[in-house]
Amino acid sequence: MADGDNGVAGTGGVVIDEAVLKGTLTAALRAGGDFAEVFVEDTRTSSAVLEDGKIEEVNSGRDRGAGIRVLAGDTTGYAHTADLTESGLRVAAEAAGAAARSGGGEARVADLSRTDAAREYTPEVLPETVEKIRKVEMLTRADAAARGSDRSIRQVMARYFDKRRRILIANSDGLLTGDDQVRTFFGVQAVAAGDTGLQTGGRSHARTMGFELFDRVDVEEAARDAARMAATKLDARPAPSGELPVVIAAGGGGVLFHEACGHGLEADLVKKDASRFAGLMGEQVASPLVTIVDDGTMGSEWGVFAIDDEGHAARRNVLIEDGVLTDYMWDWLRSRADGREPSGNGRRETYQHLPMVRMTNTYLMGGESDPDEIVAQTEYGVFVAELGGGQVDTATGDFVFGTREAYLIEDGKITAPIRDANLIGNGLDVLRDIDVVGNDFAMGRNGGMCGKDGQSVPVGVGQPTLRVARMTVGGTAA
Amino acid sequence: MTDLLDVAQRIVGWARDGEQVEAFVVRSREVEIRVDGGDVEQLSSAEALGAGIRVIADHRQGFAYAGSLDEDGLAEVLDEARDNLTFGTPDEAFGLAEPDGVSPADIDTYREALATAPTDAKIALVVDLEQRIKSGDPRIRAARYVDYGDSISEVAVATTTGIAIERRGGSCSVSAMSIAGEGDGTQTGFGFSVGRTLDDIDLEAAARDAIERAVRMLGARKPSTRRLTVLLDPIITAQFLGVAGSMLSGEAVLKGRSPFADRVGEEIASPIVTLVDDPTVAAAFSAATHDGEGLATRRNVLIDAGVLSGFNHNAYTARRTGTASTGSASRGFKTVPGVGCRALQLTLGTKTQAEMIAGIEEGLLVQDVSGLHSGVNPVSGDFSAGAEGLVIRNGQLAEPVREITIGSTIQRMLQDIVEVGNDVDWLPMNAHGVSVAIADVTMSGS
Repeated sequence: MADGDNGVAGTGGVVIDEAVLKGTLTAALRAGGDFAEVFVEDTRTSSAVLEDGKIEEVNSGRDRGAGIRVLAGDTTGYAHTADLTESGLRVAAEAAGAAARSGGGEARVADLSRTDAAREYTPEVLPETVEKIRKVEMLTRADAAARGSDRSIRQVMARYFDKRRRILIANSDGLLTGDDQVRTFFGVQAVAAGDTGLQTGGRSHARTMGFELFDRVDVEEAARDAARMAATKLDARPAPSGELPVVIAAGGGGVLFHEACGHGLEADLVKKDASRFAGLMGEQVASPLVTIVDDGTMGSEWGVFAIDDEGHAARRNVLIEDGVLTDYMWDWLRSRADGREPSGNGRRETYQHLPMVRMTNTYLMGGESDPDEIVAQTEYGVFVAELGGGQVDTATGDFVFGTREAYLIEDGKITAPIRDANLIGNGLDVLRDIDVVGNDFAMGRNGGMCGKDGQSVPVGVGQPTLRVARMTVGGTAA
Repeated sequence: MTDLLDVAQRIVGWARDGEQVEAFVVRSREVEIRVDGGDVEQLSSAEALGAGIRVIADHRQGFAYAGSLDEDGLAEVLDEARDNLTFGTPDEAFGLAEPDGVSPADIDTYREALATAPTDAKIALVVDLEQRIKSGDPRIRAARYVDYGDSISEVAVATTTGIAIERRGGSCSVSAMSIAGEGDGTQTGFGFSVGRTLDDIDLEAAARDAIERAVRMLGARKPSTRRLTVLLDPIITAQFLGVAGSMLSGEAVLKGRSPFADRVGEEIASPIVTLVDDPTVAAAFSAATHDGEGLATRRNVLIDAGVLSGFNHNAYTARRTGTASTGSASRGFKTVPGVGCRALQLTLGTKTQAEMIAGIEEGLLVQDVSGLHSGVNPVSGDFSAGAEGLVIRNGQLAEPVREITIGSTIQRMLQDIVEVGNDVDWLPMNAHGVSVAIADVTMSGS
């Protein structure tokens, strides 16, 4: 991957001429239509996997292509191609135009004028400039650290992954813009074996930055942490079952808000009457302690970008303020219908996908309480150090998420570890049941991927220590 | 159209002395249609292609891929794989699959009728589905989505070890999520139908499921916590089998990630459980003649009358454990082959779901689960999932319940299977669906 000379227009390398872009848009609208867009993507990845003490897989890949979208009335036509020549783009443009079935409209292509959005953080060490051996070394160091830290560790898996994604977007309104997104991920998972069977622990670090990630995170420490988590869980009791207070540690459970209200605040679901938050604008939907923000501009967090995948600048959007619903998240299609500005939430997994409303970095802002006091004031409940993934049915608001590291709280103290379990709740109930919010805000480190309608995109989450007065814990203990 | 096997063999022809090279080349054509209010909301049509190249030399393995098939690009991918190889750890067991004499099953899931079906017919089909759902019951308020999708894919695998295969297949489906409302309550219901051609699609069944599953949940409450027998709907069983199957992969066993690792020959499930992975069954949604390394797929018995009889393997995990590949290499073009189940099947019982319900005194019919990816740990076996469904009381379906979890461990659930139904349904997953009753599961509510 030595040749850094194969980008798309404005990002160095293979430039798609403005005239070709304009010609493609014109071809897309030839049979009619209100709007056309070309999305060009050039992605390079490299990854390495260590397992069983061996570097098992060193992988690198390249994907590039373009997706062309045509709107005619309420119909969207879409086609994509891996052929970025003028003729390849034209074939895709015509297919997208035909798919929109000329439902009317006679839009013409405006002159393209280039504007780029600023970013808070610029990657310092591009992954293609780093020798592969240095990437692989991170894994072998993690392996040694995890195995050396606890005798119960039977297996270690470590993974390094980087991705440089360059995009270019042009549309018939005259927009022309691009972005260069660099992400780096490092994760380690340990398996511990004991009398009670096998247990797992994991730790990962994921940022929208280059190899300088490793100036900021200590891979040995992450590995020891994963090993500690696995070994601790060997002594875990079955999780309780039934309704209990749940305290979530700072930075360990932002996924709660991603599921409890994030998805329900996506305008595409709201407009389909598939969200419990439809029709509640301006109303008190949460405890007054709750202020929730979605922020695509947030430094080098995992869900950051300069422009979204429709060419609009990332923004910081306050969704719930002091418990009052203040806004939804919007993509271009939904914001246009409502006659408002897009909020920078139109995202897609690759050029092979249509954009839709997606979160960026979604978090609950810090409050005023002392985190230690929150635990001390909880007589009996569950303390969650780290949550795993979750899932929500936005129409009913019912959601679940799993624990990765959790303990009992007994008499105001954190006591025995408990086995993995799902917690289940309803978004509106849980938002109202948040009764204490700590002053120790932290973003999660793990680098989550959010799935929606078959598309997966990187998202960040964060929150301070907080307590939900009651949630159903899905364990097996009475 | 480029012949994929030609592309794969051309890549393999570039191998140098002392190198093993494998080319895995795919091309797929997909159409996706979403309708809303009788009109097309989105129509996406596209062809995707790509190649993954694996090189093994000096007992090291390297891999690279590209999402295109242009010849210069493929030569670069091969060079990249060679470069990646130098960073891998040597392992005597690395090596490509070798022809093993097993003949591929005589099945063909490709249908010309699907390849040539006009877009208008697909639109008409899914518009009809939306109409059926929205007019089927006054309590249906909206639909989260009503979709049609089809995919026709071709795969070619060639290696320096003498493998040169090509397979193609296709399928189509409709799926919908309805939203029912009554008073304050809102519930959703999922319905779908799959087939090889448009004629196979059962709109009535898809609409009925989407409506019934939403409507019958209206008024659902959170019940109190207790232990009971759960009856899994076929679609839930398929997901459960998928998780159990992943724990019986030779890869998980080899890497110390399976609690079943040392238990071959032991009773790990109820004696009524016989579980096979058999992609040669033509009716299986994921039926295929060859695996991801180009070996013929075959019938693999994983659990025989409750006794663990073996694991699925690809060429590497088989070599490491001193056995032969079971034709279970699973992969896309962007990664080296893993090990996976393709078409899991339980030996069927004799009863319909209704007959099974009649035999349960206190239980829960589970019609939906959530959070399997977060609440099920395939290493420890801990199982905890969000669920909704209907209470079974004295052999009859009673009130709906929601916002609950069901919890146990996979190990216990296999032992606690008390009955398998006869209502088999092939689903777009790696397992068939059939009603299964499991005793002594914790239902957590209030």
